Amino acid sequence: MNITKTVSLAILGTVLAIGTAGAQTKTIKIATEGAYAPWNFTGAGGKLEGFEVDLAADLCKRMNVTCEVVAQDWDGIIPALNAKKYDAIMAGMSITDDRKKVIDFAGPYGNSPNGYLVAKSSPLAKMPGTGEAYSLSTQQAAAEKAIDADKVLLKGKTVGVQGSTIHSNFADKYLKGTAEVREYKTTEQHDLDLAAGRIDAVLADATAIIGTLEKPEFKDYALVGPSITGGLLGNGVGVGVRKGDTELKKNFDDAIRAAIQDGTVRTLSMKWFKIDITPKG
Amino acid sequence: MDFAFMRDTFWTLLSGVPLTLNLAFTAVALGAVLAMLIALMRMSGVAVLDWLARGYVFVFRGSPLLVQIFLIYYGLGQFRPTLQEWGLWGFFREPYWCAIFALTLNTAAYASEIIRGGLQSVPAQQVEAARACGMSGFLLFRRIIFPIAVRQALPAYGSELILMVKATSLASIITMMEVTGLAAKLISQTFRAVEVFVVAGLIYLVLNFIITRIIMALEWWLSPHLRRPPEVTLPVEAAHV
Repeated sequence: MNITKTVSLAILGTVLAIGTAGAQTKTIKIATEGAYAPWNFTGAGGKLEGFEVDLAADLCKRMNVTCEVVAQDWDGIIPALNAKKYDAIMAGMSITDDRKKVIDFAGPYGNSPNGYLVAKSSPLAKMPGTGEAYSLSTQQAAAEKAIDADKVLLKGKTVGVQGSTIHSNFADKYLKGTAEVREYKTTEQHDLDLAAGRIDAVLADATAIIGTLEKPEFKDYALVGPSITGGLLGNGVGVGVRKGDTELKKNFDDAIRAAIQDGTVRTLSMKWFKIDITPKG
Repeated sequence: MDFAFMRDTFWTLLSGVPLTLNLAFTAVALGAVLAMLIALMRMSGVAVLDWLARGYVFVFRGSPLLVQIFLIYYGLGQFRPTLQEWGLWGFFREPYWCAIFALTLNTAAYASEIIRGGLQSVPAQQVEAARACGMSGFLLFRRIIFPIAVRQALPAYGSELILMVKATSLASIITMMEVTGLAAKLISQTFRAVEVFVVAGLIYLVLNFIITRIIMALEWWLSPHLRRPPEVTLPVEAAHV
């Protein structure tokens, strides 16, 4: 036996040892953004909190695994999943066709519409369609008509969105040429700029807006506009997993189904959002 | 590596180059004026001016530019009523001017030290010689000290210019869509971080390559005394051989 063979066998042995060790420990690393209250955020003590942190703990108990929830910046959250920095994403991420090209989703475990956050004193506060709901998947014509009605008021205004989100995609498709769209790294940043008066409206998820409205400095602001779902806004919020990780996807799917059936998702949703975001059907 | 995708990425990111260069050059130009003022304050011999300049350099060189941009943009945004009273809100409302403001303040701190180094490296003999010729005051500064100082400071100033081109990438955090901002947006649409950042990195590399060449040419032009004189070949006259 020559040296090359010995060395390669030794390396092979090490690789196998590491491989089996990895399979035995049932620890799943879940990434969240930690800056998207009330879905997930960093609490006063520096700990991750929110709807998804609670739900992750529940799902992991159902899957009989130990979970570690880590924080990861939003704009790198999908590339880092594919680079195997962690195994799953639970970060208020909507299931969209674009994302499905690069990762798989389990779920959805939540579904929430979008809306505009504006100052009550602003002319935008009278946005048409407030309180109405449309789906871009099933009522495309009606939904687009509602969006067009809002565009009259939004003309020449500045709208803030978080970059890399379904809301920035929505703004790119429907608001470009009408309003000036500015992209922020986090929702906290566009909220700050709305409060500073640099932008006229924020386009975001209704649950995130409800979270913002709970802060005392936003008492003179309101959630307006029709609630729109579907189409490029995706079909609910799900757990992102790597393509080909079918076992993990199936485990998450089963756990989510069970959590929806026994009302856990509803309970957690009422606790964090004050509204029920359990996906229907 | 998907080269067709990288070519498309290149064209997309290229549209951010004007803003990147705009931010870098505007900030460096304004910063140079401020830096000159700070360097002169530092060397004035007046204790108050000296310590003000030292304090300025300490603060802006000692804290990260990212923090400065955040404080100027989001921090000052919280003081809108006060700024409106002072008539400054029109300026601080715009992310572009906040970015220019932060980059200018930052580069001025570094550049003032570069300029001070240049001014202090002017050989005393040359100043003496100029005085012997009857030059003094502003004439001495304009004709002798300043040109020599600029030549001495140029290599370090070239580095500062390159650092500023790269520093503009931080403006993307306050919604400015320069090269890095566009790259981040493209990654969010395609999830192909490696290809997009490779192209973005190459664009910065090419920009900085051109800038270093310009600085080198400027150095060459300003240093005739360091160049070898052109070789003079004396005409050989056949009759004397």
